[in-house]
Amino acid sequence: MLPAGHDVRRIIGDGEEVADGEVEGLGDAALLSLYRGMVLLRTFDERSVVYHRQGRIGTYAIFWGHEAIQAGSALALAEEDWIFPSYRESAIGLLRGMPPETVLAWWRGHPAGWWDPREFRLASITVPIATHVPHAVGYAWGAKLKGRTDCAIAYFGDGATSEGAFHEGANFAAVMDAPVVLLCNNNQWAISTPLSAQTRAESLSDKAVGYGMPGVRVDGGDVLAVYEATAEALARARAGEGPTFIEALTYRAAPHATADDPSAYWDEERVEAERANECLGRYERYLRRAGILNDELAEEAKADALARMKLGIAAVEGLPPPDPEVVFAHAYVDPPPSLRDG
Amino acid sequence: MADKTLVEAVNDALHVEMERDEAIMVLGEDVGRAGGVFRATAGLRDRFGADRCVDTPLAEAGILGTAIGLAMAGWRPVCEMQYESFSYPCLDQLITHVGRYRWRTRGTMEFPLTIRMPTGGGVRAPELHEDSPEAYYVHTPGVKVAIPSTPADAKGLLAAAVRDPDPVVVLEPKVLYRRPRGEVPDGEHVVALGEARIALEGTDVTLIAYGAMVQTCLEAAELLDASAEVVDIRSLKPLDEEMILASVGKTGRVVVVQEAPRVAGFGAELAAVIAEKAILDLQGPILRVTGYDVPFPYWSLEHEYLPTPERVAAAAARVLDY
Repeated sequence: MLPAGHDVRRIIGDGEEVADGEVEGLGDAALLSLYRGMVLLRTFDERSVVYHRQGRIGTYAIFWGHEAIQAGSALALAEEDWIFPSYRESAIGLLRGMPPETVLAWWRGHPAGWWDPREFRLASITVPIATHVPHAVGYAWGAKLKGRTDCAIAYFGDGATSEGAFHEGANFAAVMDAPVVLLCNNNQWAISTPLSAQTRAESLSDKAVGYGMPGVRVDGGDVLAVYEATAEALARARAGEGPTFIEALTYRAAPHATADDPSAYWDEERVEAERANECLGRYERYLRRAGILNDELAEEAKADALARMKLGIAAVEGLPPPDPEVVFAHAYVDPPPSLRDG
Repeated sequence: MADKTLVEAVNDALHVEMERDEAIMVLGEDVGRAGGVFRATAGLRDRFGADRCVDTPLAEAGILGTAIGLAMAGWRPVCEMQYESFSYPCLDQLITHVGRYRWRTRGTMEFPLTIRMPTGGGVRAPELHEDSPEAYYVHTPGVKVAIPSTPADAKGLLAAAVRDPDPVVVLEPKVLYRRPRGEVPDGEHVVALGEARIALEGTDVTLIAYGAMVQTCLEAAELLDASAEVVDIRSLKPLDEEMILASVGKTGRVVVVQEAPRVAGFGAELAAVIAEKAILDLQGPILRVTGYDVPFPYWSLEHEYLPTPERVAAAAARVLDY
C-alpha cells in the first residue's frame, strides 16, 4: 500500500474562487437538520463555558469549532451504529436525542450524567486518552462475529495517536477486519503540545498505511466533507472491507478546557484567523449561497437550541442531590462482602 | 471424577463452559493454533472454531481493551495473558476501564470478562516469567480475584469466574500446572467465589495461604510439633473472612504466607482483617512469610527467594512460643 494521499477533501467552497460542491444523498431537509445539529452543539458548548464561569458546572472540555467533525460524522452513522467518544465529544449524544441535562449532569459530577450505553448506542465519555479505541474495535469485531451489521466509530485527538492504546486498537481493527471508523480530530494541539512535538509523520493519515487500512484526510471544518468521508468508511466497513482511519484537520481555536490558559502557548493571530473561518459559519454561508437557509430559519435554530439549554440547566439544577447509596450500588453486579468496609 | 493435572483441569473447564454457553470466547496470544504455551487452551480452536478461540496480535492491552468492546457486543470473553508479567501492559485497561465500566453505566451493563494467566515462580524461567502480581488486581475496585491450588479448584474457580457477571482475574500457579495431579469432577463443576477451604485441619496455629503457597504450608505443617490448620483462601476478592476468623478463633495463632514481595502484599490485607476483627482471639503477633522487596531473582537463586516450608515452620514456631 502506498502512502496515504495528503490531499485534504473539501466540499464547501469559499464563496469566491473555490466553488461549492455537493454531497450525494443529502436533500435540503437533511442539510438543514445537519445545520440544526451543529447549532445545538455550538450552543451547548458556549453555554457550558458560561455555566462553568457561573459555578453551575465543573471543569468543562471545550469543543468550540469541532462541531463539523462531530455532526458530520454522526449524520453518516446508522441508528444502530455505536459511538465511542472521548471527552471532547461529551455532547455528541444530543445528536441522537440525548437531553442536554444528561451531559450537563456529567459535567456536574451528578450520577444522572452516567447512562446506559445501549439507550443511544453511545459508550461512556472516556477520560483517559485513546484507551477507548480498542473498545470500539472490540465492539465492531464482536458485532460482526455475531452476524450483525452494526459498525462502531471511535473519536480521539491528534495526541491520542502517540498512545499505545491507539496503536493496539488500530492494529487489532485491521487484523480482525473490524467494521470500525477511527476518526482522529487533528486540532493541532494536545493541551499545550503542538502536533510538531507529537509526531514526525508528515500526515497522521499516513499512520493508516502501517496498519494496512485506508487513511483519509478531510477538512474538519467542512461538515459535508466529514460526512462524505465517514459515509464512505462506513460503506466499506459494512461491505466487509474493514476499518478506515480518517484524519479530520481542524484547529483548536479555544482553550483545551475551562481550566486551561492557552495564552502561554498559542499564536493569537492564527487563532483569530481560525475563529473567523470556524465551521458553523462556513456551513451557514454555504447553505445561504444554496438558498436553503435564511435569517428566519437560522434564528429559529439558534432560539430552539438556546431554549433547550435553558431547560437543560434548569432540569439539572432541579435534580435532587444524589443518593449516597449509589457510591456502593454500581461497581459490582454481585459485590464482595467487604464493599462497605472503610 | 478423573485424575488430571491443574492445566488439564483448566482446559476441561474451558471445554465444558464453552459447550454450555456459546457467548463464551477465548482470546489471547498463541491460544488457538498452538493451544497455549502451557496447552491450557488445546483443542478449543478445533472444537469451537477460530472465531471462538482467537489467536490475537501480540498486544495485551489490545486483548483486554477489545474484550471490553466484545462484552458490550454480547460476548463473554475469556482472555489469556501468556504469563503474569506479560499482563502488566493490560493494567491500564484493567484499572481505567475493566473495573469501572459497569459503574460508569450506572450499573446498567454487565462486563462478564475473565482474565486468566499463569502466576508465580519456582519454574526456572527467564526474567519476568515468575512474578506474583495478585495485589495489583485485588486492589482494583470492580475486579474479583481467584487463585486455585488444586486441579479440582482450578476447574471450579475458572467456571465460577466465567459465569460471574463481574470481571474476574484467575491466577493459575504455574509451578502446579503439571504436578501434583488430582481428582477433578467430570462435566460442570463450579467452586463459588468467596469460599475458602480448610486444606488441613488443626488446632494450634493457622497457616493462611493461596495458590502454590498452600502446598508449602502443608509441608510446613509436617515439620511442626504442634497441630497446624491450613486455610486455602482460594478467592482473594470476595474474601471468606468467616472461615479465616473461625480458624483464628480456634487456634489464636496465625502465619500468613505469600510468594509476592512483602510490602503492601495481600498478606498485609489478611493480617489487617484479622487484627481488626479478631484481636482478642490472638495469642501472639500475626506473622508474615513472604517474598522480599526485590525483583524476582535470577532463577538459579529462586529458592533463596521463595518462601519454603522451613521458613513457614520457623514463623509458626515463633508465634507458638510467643
